[in-house]
Amino acid sequence: MALSDLFRRKKDDADPDAGAQPGVPALPTKALGRLLATLASREQPILIDLGPVVGSNVNFFGEQLGCKIFVEDVTKDIDRHVKEGKIDDLPAFFAQRFPQADNSVDGILCWDVFDFLDKKSAPSLAKQLTRILRPEGAMLAFFNASEPVAGAKPTYTRHIVVDRQNLQHRQYPAARGKQRPWLNRDIQRMFEPLRIAEQFLLKTNMREVLFRK
Amino acid sequence: MWKRDESVKPTSQPASPAAPVTPTPQASAPVAQPETRRMDRDMVHIGKSVIIKGELAGSEDLTIEGHVEGKIELKDHVLTIGPNGRIKAQVFAKAVIVLGEVNGNVSATEKVDIRDGGSVDGDIISPRVAIAEGAHFRGSVDMQRKAAAQSQPQKAQAAPAPADKAQPQPQPAAR
Repeated sequence: MALSDLFRRKKDDADPDAGAQPGVPALPTKALGRLLATLASREQPILIDLGPVVGSNVNFFGEQLGCKIFVEDVTKDIDRHVKEGKIDDLPAFFAQRFPQADNSVDGILCWDVFDFLDKKSAPSLAKQLTRILRPEGAMLAFFNASEPVAGAKPTYTRHIVVDRQNLQHRQYPAARGKQRPWLNRDIQRMFEPLRIAEQFLLKTNMREVLFRK
Repeated sequence: MWKRDESVKPTSQPASPAAPVTPTPQASAPVAQPETRRMDRDMVHIGKSVIIKGELAGSEDLTIEGHVEGKIELKDHVLTIGPNGRIKAQVFAKAVIVLGEVNGNVSATEKVDIRDGGSVDGDIISPRVAIAEGAHFRGSVDMQRKAAAQSQPQKAQAAPAPADKAQPQPQPAAR
């Protein structure tokens, strides 16, 4: 056995869930705790995660809520449409994307997916989410409040849950950058008839919004 | 200190004719000549040239590098889908480790572990789930923890413990 094998094994033994990593700064979140509190009283709630799959998040929500989680990675859909040059088809795609029945989902984790959608495709996705969300259900979404940096490499963010109050952000390449920030008024209209139950503007210029139906 | 990696090195024992991994007789063709080998005393390996259509059941750990379509049942044992494994089946096992591709629902009594490069399209039911960052997963995860936790006290109420083993019940904290 070569010495390099030892190091390779050491690397393989690292946390396979790729969860929160020590040394990486944790960013505060206020809305996540509220979402958990909202869903905690429900028996085996159904949760949909629109971000990339994160093993440690699946465990976290499973432990905290005893929920059933559907992973519906919308960022992959966006990337595929961009790479195939079919971004104009995205609204029609979203209209058929979710097989869930009306009013069947207790919670939705949007993360910052809407930052990557334009004014045509975002309402189409929002319409589907409002359709599947159950009355008194809750949806967590993040919206960037500042203009995207010109010339920056487009990246998505994996939101790794550290605990109820903290997230780690891990970037990975995206086919499309963030679009222009959404105005509060547009957000409100786009998600009607959902109501904004809580809204927080963080120091990172991120708006955390908790919607209720 | 320098332990040999036995998982990839076959032992000198010959393949047992009574290997409990049994493709069912009604399995539809084409069933290739099973290239199953006993890797060690409690582990069977299905090579990458093997295609199995039908039901696969067994009572020892199993590694699949080939193609399986149908149903796999290893209730008390570990199923490993190797990097070359392609599964289109319902899977029931104690623990499932995925390095290849699984298309179908996976149910484990202990753990489902999707490693880097592994892919699962289907629903997972397991009390513990690990999904590596480079893994692909599309479907739902049902960890059933609350259900299990809630069902235990109900069972305890239904069948009261013997007096000598009865424990005082914790009181809810005053607010």
